[in-house]
Amino acid sequence: MEGQKNKPVLEVEDLCISFEMYGKGLEKYRLEMVHHLSLTVNPGEIVAVVGASGSGKSLLAHAILGILPGNAKVEGRLAFCGQCLDSAAQQKLRGRDIAFIPQSVEYLDPLMKVGKQVLGTGARREKKQRMARWKQVFARYRLEESVAGLYPCQLSGGMARRVLIAGAVMEPVKLVVADEPTPGLSETLAKETMENFRELAAEGCGVLLITHDIDLAFQVAARIAVLYAGSVMEIAPADDFSGDGSALRHPYSKAFLQALPQNGFCPIAGSQPYAGNLPPGCLFAGRCPKRTDACAGKVEMRTLRGGEVRCIYAE
Amino acid sequence: MKRLLLLIVRMVTLLIAISIVSFLLVTKAPIDPLTAYIGANSTISEEAKEEISEYWGLGQPPLERFLAWAGNTLRGDFGESIVYRQPVLQVIQERFQYSLALMLAAWISSGLFGFLLGIAAAAFQGSILDKAIKTICLVFQSSPTFWVGLLALSVFAVNLGWFPIGLAAPMGKLASEVTLGERIHHLILPSMTLGILGVGKITLYTRQKLLEILNSEFMLYAKARGEGKWQMIRRHGLKNIAIPAVTVQFASFSELFGGIALAESVFSYPGIGSAVTAAGLGGDVPLLLGIAVFSAAFVFIGNLAANILYGVIDPRIRENGSFHKKSNTPQQATGHGLDCSFRSKGRDI
Repeated sequence: MEGQKNKPVLEVEDLCISFEMYGKGLEKYRLEMVHHLSLTVNPGEIVAVVGASGSGKSLLAHAILGILPGNAKVEGRLAFCGQCLDSAAQQKLRGRDIAFIPQSVEYLDPLMKVGKQVLGTGARREKKQRMARWKQVFARYRLEESVAGLYPCQLSGGMARRVLIAGAVMEPVKLVVADEPTPGLSETLAKETMENFRELAAEGCGVLLITHDIDLAFQVAARIAVLYAGSVMEIAPADDFSGDGSALRHPYSKAFLQALPQNGFCPIAGSQPYAGNLPPGCLFAGRCPKRTDACAGKVEMRTLRGGEVRCIYAE
Repeated sequence: MKRLLLLIVRMVTLLIAISIVSFLLVTKAPIDPLTAYIGANSTISEEAKEEISEYWGLGQPPLERFLAWAGNTLRGDFGESIVYRQPVLQVIQERFQYSLALMLAAWISSGLFGFLLGIAAAAFQGSILDKAIKTICLVFQSSPTFWVGLLALSVFAVNLGWFPIGLAAPMGKLASEVTLGERIHHLILPSMTLGILGVGKITLYTRQKLLEILNSEFMLYAKARGEGKWQMIRRHGLKNIAIPAVTVQFASFSELFGGIALAESVFSYPGIGSAVTAAGLGGDVPLLLGIAVFSAAFVFIGNLAANILYGVIDPRIRENGSFHKKSNTPQQATGHGLDCSFRSKGRDI
């Protein structure tokens, strides 16, 4: 499925995101939220990023689009279809080649009719084509034309979801970054949303799906990256997440899976460490059953059984 | 219908309360209308004084005087002004034309300038422009109207000679001969003085609101969809800050009324403001009450207009205020009527 001749749509290499914060008085310090994150998305592939809240998932999405707040600092390398994705490129590509699908209807302008928001902006001379495209997109996502005249607050959850996806595919996008597209949706609607992503991928679009719903991710994604306290713990083919997770490599991914209701609902003790108060070495060491003194050293990402893992004991 | 009725009841009770309070204040004021009218060292005889006093009904207890006034007012007779010796309504009507022109000029220019300055400051947040605008606004907001008026007079009218020193028309000219240009020429300084009072507030408010909106989630989304800064401000910012701006601007109606009393005195502008000053100093109860009731109604209508405008701008307010809440399907909801409050999170229930 990877298609060797095609370059990955998205390459993230050694991405670090930090924020400049003010401590007591005028003392400034940097708080690193995402550490040395690497990941690729190939054309036609859905890659899911899962993790608890606060693990830095949304920051990753915002960094790819270049919409982090002004006090954020991004290090590392981002590339889109082989081209360096710097802020100038981001400005040019976002909305055209890279689409962002936000979490909820709150991301729509409350005072603008939905139709106009889906239509988006574009050169005036292209207006005709845009209108035609708009009609297509509305039909594709089973949105009646009357929906165009509604305001965001009038949309139902399912409609809102389809409107947001419709807005993303107004342009022939090559990469879709979806930030938590399912919370608050019923199971049917969530499945439908996932189906929409699968269709997009089938058309050759790369999809980066950011979610905490590992169940859904596992149904559609080719690969899943597990994020913990801003670090990738494991990237594995989705199949490894089936069953009780014995095929998984990292103790955290296993624990994450086992904490799900259908897998015994058994959480592990402790909580995710806060940025700014991170342990040296493995970030999960404090809660890990396999921990030894060696875990306090530097732990690099390594390849293992067709996946990648950041653990010295994984096998 | 019910809302309209409620509004009318509210307005009527407000007017009653205003007239009672103003009446009490005027009767308790240390100014004796008789002395104010004839002057302290007049040679008028005691009998004549008593006659005037009786004619005005000054000897009667306050409650009776108030009730007599209220009864006449309800019949449309606001009484006769003591100072101007004209029916109160006529005085108000004549003077209000001048004041209205003055207030509208000040109101529109301060609203417009304030809105634009606020947008500019927010768009360039933290820049020198932003800091300059903020500083100027704070200075404007904290300077008293009469002082700004005197300053404007001495600079633009006396030193530079660009504008007339006072009045609403050239002195010694017949009212019928005064041109529109001359009226406007006389209007500029007082309206500028009055406008400066309001511009700081609206600018700072607009700036604050636009900053909030620029940090909102929908602006983030707009940015993610490739919209540029000015495009975002134009497409999503303007309408969203219009509501708070309109609120502040209409709420400033009452301040404008307070402001004209001072501005008109400084510029000897023959409007409601100078009439109210004269009425207050002369113990002119009928005129004072008439103006109080009239301006209360005016301010009330200003606020009402703002309330109606919100609905025009914001569909959420329009819907929560409307009375059909039964429709639920998008087809029915396209026009109006779907109550949003219970699903504002965009979630399915």
